Amino acid sequence: MRSKDFMSWADDWFGRVMKKGPIGRGLDHLLTDFWTWARVNSLYPLHFGIMCCALEMAAASGARFDAQRLGVIYRSTPRQCDMLLVNGPVSKKLRPDLRRLYDQMSEPKWVVAMGECAISGGPFWNTYSIVEGVDQFIPVDVYIPGCPVRPEAMLEGFMKLQDKIRKERKGALTEEMV
Amino acid sequence: MATAKNRPAKQSDFHVKLARELPPLLDNMPLDFEAKDDWLATMRCDKGAILKLSKILSERFIFEHFSLVTAVDRLDKFELIYHITSYQNHCMLEIRVAVPKDDAKVPSVTPVWGGANWHEREAYDMMGIVFEGHPDPRRILLPQDYLYFPLRKDFNMEGE
Repeated sequence: MRSKDFMSWADDWFGRVMKKGPIGRGLDHLLTDFWTWARVNSLYPLHFGIMCCALEMAAASGARFDAQRLGVIYRSTPRQCDMLLVNGPVSKKLRPDLRRLYDQMSEPKWVVAMGECAISGGPFWNTYSIVEGVDQFIPVDVYIPGCPVRPEAMLEGFMKLQDKIRKERKGALTEEMV
Repeated sequence: MATAKNRPAKQSDFHVKLARELPPLLDNMPLDFEAKDDWLATMRCDKGAILKLSKILSERFIFEHFSLVTAVDRLDKFELIYHITSYQNHCMLEIRVAVPKDDAKVPSVTPVWGGANWHEREAYDMMGIVFEGHPDPRRILLPQDYLYFPLRKDFNMEGE
């Protein structure tokens, strides 16, 4: 058996036993509280700023408001992120690229629409180049209103998302809810 | 220092030279040449002669800087406004070109001034004026598959 064949065999075996079998379900049942705790305290958003709300995003992660105490640490690649923070008007030209960033994030992932522009288009509503709300092409979990959003409101939104993750109680191995 | 307020209102020698030498080079086309002060002069041009005029201005009168071309919707026609500057001769020239709506095609001046490239793409993007001979005639701000020209007066969001 070559090493490549061994790897695929091992992946198959692992997937069969852990993800679909009773062992995975049992482990999920025992460890769900641990998975949830880990997810709640390590919400990594994508460092992706569109317009002026990105300044509030920077302010919220600065020393005065310190979003990092909630585990919010900005990462620069979507593959390391749990949360997509859309902060600004999404133009029709940006729309496919933002969808691609969302698709590149690994599961589990959550989306936060921050500010009027990301929620509904804001002052640019009903113009020729703006998508009227990011929820037209990405499922959104938390909406944070404001124009721009105050850092306190951002922290409130992050805590709302943490509550949502706590209530979801999803396992890490199986797709089923525990 | 010559600011807009204390600039003398009379035309400069270079404006006199332009007004005298341009019409014979363009088959005595009516130019409506008018000097606003010693810096800015305005004129109009037929849309077929704009490339010839650009070459003359660039090579003979040393207009080295192309500031912008912008498109205006005048309801019965389009109007293109070119701003070009000669820093050597201390002159900015504003050229207005009328473009009929049913045949919105203009020769591109990008071969003469490379700075016209993106401005002409933007004029195409927003107004739908086709610049013939442009090296890269794509949309610049809107998605490539966008169907409308949104700065036209007859564009509305309901019709989209």
